[in-house]
Amino acid sequence: MSKFNKGGKKELPAISTASLPDIVFMLLFFFMVATVMRQGTLQVENKLPYADQVEKLENRNLTKYIFAGKPGDGYKKFGTEAKVQLNDKMISNIKEVQTFVQQERANTPQTEVGKLLFALKVDVNTNMGLIGDVKEQLREVNQLKINYATLNGDATKNIK
Amino acid sequence: MAKRSAPEVNAGSMADIAFLLLIFFLVTTTIESDTGMNRKLPPKLPPDIQAPRIKEKNLFTIVVNKNNELLVEEQPMELKDLREATIAFLDNGGAKKGNDNNTKFCAYCKGVRNPESSDNPDKAVVSLQNSRETNYAAYIAITNEVLAAYKFLRDREANRLYNMTYSDIVKQYKDSPEDSPEKEAWKTKRDEVKGLFPEKFSEAESKDS
Repeated sequence: MSKFNKGGKKELPAISTASLPDIVFMLLFFFMVATVMRQGTLQVENKLPYADQVEKLENRNLTKYIFAGKPGDGYKKFGTEAKVQLNDKMISNIKEVQTFVQQERANTPQTEVGKLLFALKVDVNTNMGLIGDVKEQLREVNQLKINYATLNGDATKNIK
Repeated sequence: MAKRSAPEVNAGSMADIAFLLLIFFLVTTTIESDTGMNRKLPPKLPPDIQAPRIKEKNLFTIVVNKNNELLVEEQPMELKDLREATIAFLDNGGAKKGNDNNTKFCAYCKGVRNPESSDNPDKAVVSLQNSRETNYAAYIAITNEVLAAYKFLRDREANRLYNMTYSDIVKQYKDSPEDSPEKEAWKTKRDEVKGLFPEKFSEAESKDS
């Protein structure tokens, strides 16, 4: 047996950390590719409902988001009623949706305006009244292409 | 002069730098869920134009109240039965063979052909009415079921005609290069299947109740 422990007690060799940067860089590149930069701060609660008849959003640049939900943590001063958030601020007058659409249209190249899609990111605990109002405002300015942002899952999970 | 070898650069801090960058990206980015249901809103009509009359039998009315309870064709219904009911309605094909030079007759429908229900898929309209207090999640679930019914029927027809699913046709259409004959061919196929079961799903403005 002495074959295996020659020279008595030996110091454990230090673990080489030479490949650590490679591993970390690999992780870094993964995150750089798979994620996108946060756009603004979400001021409303935003737990999306489930649906399984979903399509993937095609063109990022032509998708504009309209958020809605109850004011989130730190924004309780806006009340407990569900609100609509556009860009970085919660709106008090629903008519501002029209201004928002016009603004986004002005910021889009003329040829692409028809392809603009407004995605509604609405919290599950919102009443349809508010969403109906938003839809009405979108119809006013003839913005008919919309999308209900949902998570991919079984829709029956929505109704408890 | 004797050639001296360049001193080795210490790469020990490389990991620290990479970690720093990694943590920065972890904090400032999100993995976005970019899926959703595409819908088209009805255009706003000038007030002097009357909405076209739709026969009662061609209208499939889904009413959802503030307690998220469903009333389908004036009968209470559970959400899980809605898909089946919608398929049965769309696929009914109630118009008789021989009447009106067969223009209304639906040859590909496999439904029960109940004369009290929809004439053909082209005439059939699904109408969803919600109250202002309806929960958004419930609304999405109902929309989802109705869209699933359309997808089921389109898949069936696409399978019969081209032996592939409707979503495959759409995918092929999207993947084929711009302005190529294949793209045109896929578009024709897509529109054909789409035309057999056109999506006539109206979202009425919410009613107070």
